[in-house]
Amino acid sequence: MVLPELDWVDKVRDQAHRVRQRAARVCAANNGGYFAQACGSAEILSTLYSQLMDLGASTGPLVPDHFRGVPRPGEPALIGDIYNGDRDRFYLSPAHYALGLYATLVEVGRLDSCVLDDVNADGSTMELIGAEHSPGFETTSGSLAQALSVAVGQALARKRFGRPGRIWALISDGEIEEGQTWEAFQAASNFGLDNLTVMLDANGLQVDGWVKDVMKIEPIPEKVRAFGWNVSEVDGHDPLAIAEAASSFVEGQPSLVVCRTNPINSVPSLEGRHQLHYIRFRTGEVEAIKNDLGVLEESHK
Amino acid sequence: MTKLLKPAFDLVHEIKPYGTSFAEYSRTRNNIVCVTNDLTASCEADEFRDQFPERYFSLGMAEQNLVGVLAGMAREGLTPFYPSFSVFATRRPYEQIALSIAYPALPVRLVGFLPGLTTPGGVTHQSIDDIAIMSQLPNMTVIEVGDATEAKTVLDAIEDITGPVFIRMLRGEVPILFDSPLKLGKARQLAVGSDVLVLSCGVQTESAMRVVSRAREAGVDAGLLHISTLKPFDDPDVLEQVARAKTVVTVENHLIRGGLGTSVAEVVAEGGWGTRLIRVGIRDTFTHGGGKDYLFDYYGIAERHIAAAVEEAIGRTVFSTASEFTSQSQLHNAAVAEGL
Ligand SMILES: Cc1ncc(C[n+]2csc(CCOP(=O)(O)OP(=O)(O)O)c2C)c(N)n1
Ligand SMILES: [Mg+2]
Repeated sequence: MVLPELDWVDKVRDQAHRVRQRAARVCAANNGGYFAQACGSAEILSTLYSQLMDLGASTGPLVPDHFRGVPRPGEPALIGDIYNGDRDRFYLSPAHYALGLYATLVEVGRLDSCVLDDVNADGSTMELIGAEHSPGFETTSGSLAQALSVAVGQALARKRFGRPGRIWALISDGEIEEGQTWEAFQAASNFGLDNLTVMLDANGLQVDGWVKDVMKIEPIPEKVRAFGWNVSEVDGHDPLAIAEAASSFVEGQPSLVVCRTNPINSVPSLEGRHQLHYIRFRTGEVEAIKNDLGVLEESHK
Repeated sequence: MTKLLKPAFDLVHEIKPYGTSFAEYSRTRNNIVCVTNDLTASCEADEFRDQFPERYFSLGMAEQNLVGVLAGMAREGLTPFYPSFSVFATRRPYEQIALSIAYPALPVRLVGFLPGLTTPGGVTHQSIDDIAIMSQLPNMTVIEVGDATEAKTVLDAIEDITGPVFIRMLRGEVPILFDSPLKLGKARQLAVGSDVLVLSCGVQTESAMRVVSRAREAGVDAGLLHISTLKPFDDPDVLEQVARAKTVVTVENHLIRGGLGTSVAEVVAEGGWGTRLIRVGIRDTFTHGGGKDYLFDYYGIAERHIAAAVEEAIGRTVFSTASEFTSQSQLHNAAVAEGL
């Protein structure tokens, strides 16, 4: 991987800003949504898609097909992963982050911007909580902390059989609470999966409130290091820091980049608000968010 | 009898009937503890948490460990409640429920919200098999409540059950259909009729009430039983009526395998009764996300499908148009934190 000049950093920052704007518009139009996730992970996703992952061209239509059925033997309904090309693979484990991913796919030209009007619409594949037919999705991971194991399996298969391409995963800090996450950490280092890079969006948030008030999960870097991983910790809103950390590989070790993020980054008007996990904007809040983020893009419908 | 069917057209709702009554019920019962998996307010345990902080435990999003913890607390003489989205209350920690709770027959209460296709959260959040997998477990009692009144009275009804209980229900704004408490093992007779007997449970009772009411107006002698105790399935009134019926139509917001329809099939076959059975339920398919009305229609469990099953049962057309049954039962979600 070539570590690029700095003008890409500005590009990624701009993309991340527009991801927030787009997410805000969709949540305002839908009377709520997973806005904080899009805000907190915008730079991680933009850096992954613009700079880090070697994906190859999308073969998915710019306007995704409507839902055509759940997978059946002989007729698997996989369409989400075709948006990620055919080289590296990307697993978005916390599937409720879908909106942020859809908006990022728009930013990197893999989806048309008009499709965001379809998020959570009946018959659309762009579900509120993504499934494997949703653009950009590899698996159906809304029951959290399952996708990392699948990523480990794919990385293991590629490594054992000498296949190229890196496996990337984005996981959330709530998922750190699930035992399965630690089973996956354990297996990945046991098999020396240096073709696996995991980005952790440590936004400090979960449904009941702040993670620190729900369950003691820290110190994450030390714990995962003790599991035999190559761990770094960065400001998750700094594209350069994210890219540098995610580009430093250690032979024989899987990599974890702990991205410390703010779920209301760039949206100071939401400061002090209870209930950030799923946000229904109250009277006046949309106006305040427009002030924070600049004019939200208009609906295409 | 038909009078009982009427209120369904102009529904009154109650907000958080379960959460409020759960806190109330726990006031005098100091052995009740409540354990959550990061879905405290989402599953109406916030009133309990605020009133009895010393009896509330937040175990984080870690359901398998959580269920083991319930077992340990029950072994200490407590009665643990675990309210969650039903998929996370039942499927994720299934093995732990089977061996740590059901096998030793511990008095644990699993309360599952987002039943069946009532959530846009997609296949990962739609509990289409929870009744089946909980019913499979020896020692487990399985209940699905049909309205706010049942949500408020179910805890009294299960008080004396010494083993584990799984209760499935709606959250937030819940319709009021009934004015008498839920009785364990007793169905509600909502209409008596000899042309066809409809058996419904959960949210589908509201729909069945509308369909049966229309059918009766159209001269069909249709009966309706609302079933809340799904396991054990041994209410003598129900068995007797099923044995006598020409055709039974079962209506459930669940896979057709392993729920109400399956229970009826079993008693009919083992009784050698020869009653014809038509099942309205999700037919051996996984599901996807969307609005409730869209999903019920897509997966064949909307009111028009119940109406079609009634027509099939009696062998003639009764309803003038399919549009007679355009859905009236939008879920009322303003009372819940997230749009699920
Ligand atoms: C196995 C499982 N348990 C519970 C849930 C319900 N749930 C959805 S998101 C969430 C919080 C998880 O934490 P995180 O992903 O860090 O939340 P966020 O930062 O988006 O608020 C929970 C408990 C779930 N989806 N899957
Ligand atoms: Mg989080």
